[in-house]
Amino acid sequence: MDNISQVIQGVPLNHYILFSTIIFAIGVTGVLIRRNAIVIFMSVELMLNAVNLLLTAFSVYHNDAAGQVFVFFIMALAAAEVAVGLAIIVMIYRNTHSTDINTLSKLKW
Amino acid sequence: MSISLFYIIAFLSIIFSLLVIFSKNPIHSVLYLIVTFFTFTIHYILLNAQFLAIVNFIVYMGAIMVLFLFVLMLLNLNEDSEKSKSILIKVAGIIAGMCLVITLVASLKTLDASEPVILKTANLGLVKNLGKVLFKEFLFPFEVSSLLLFSAMVGAVLLAKKEIKSA
Repeated sequence: MDNISQVIQGVPLNHYILFSTIIFAIGVTGVLIRRNAIVIFMSVELMLNAVNLLLTAFSVYHNDAAGQVFVFFIMALAAAEVAVGLAIIVMIYRNTHSTDINTLSKLKW
Repeated sequence: MSISLFYIIAFLSIIFSLLVIFSKNPIHSVLYLIVTFFTFTIHYILLNAQFLAIVNFIVYMGAIMVLFLFVLMLLNLNEDSEKSKSILIKVAGIIAGMCLVITLVASLKTLDASEPVILKTANLGLVKNLGKVLFKEFLFPFEVSSLLLFSAMVGAVLLAKKEIKSA
């Protein structure tokens, strides 16, 4: 355990922020460029994970366990979100026979 | 074992998350996402957040990804059926993502050079320590999250249930 905690000594906090920013932006790009609703959900999961990792890094940086408890709550929330979201996708597929979000443009102005 | 392990794993995470959003086949996207989550698990282990590493491994790689794969195979979307967006929208989306990165990095530059992340107490992320915090300070949010999971379960069953034809 001591060996592992030696590894991160020296990684600056800025690099964690930079890394999480890149992963979050990849998630945002995925939401913008894909049309398959399931892949859009996966991009949302990527964004949630980037935030989770950053919260953990801050928690270690400030020596406060509250950040890791927050990550735990975010994981519970992500599980609930995926269950409801995939149920909605299944229902959409049953009605329109595709998961293309462009078929769901009735609410578009 | 050196400091470069973090950078190698971070590089792998970025590569696989790019593959998630750029692969045509949704099944491949799910498989790449599993690898991405595995690299995140390694990140948690490097931060000595052992509880989160285990939960990430079980909940994300186990439950959520199985749910994704299950829905993909249920809907039989494994063939390349997705009509891709027009090239203009794709370029616009990529530029928008790049703008987000540039904005956040530029705001990061106004900070001074940060101190390295150093684990001060070694048992910060262990199950024993986190359990004490969770059941003392965060007991009420913990109970509320059980309500959230319950309502999500009811909602998922209600939504995915076949509608009765008489209606």
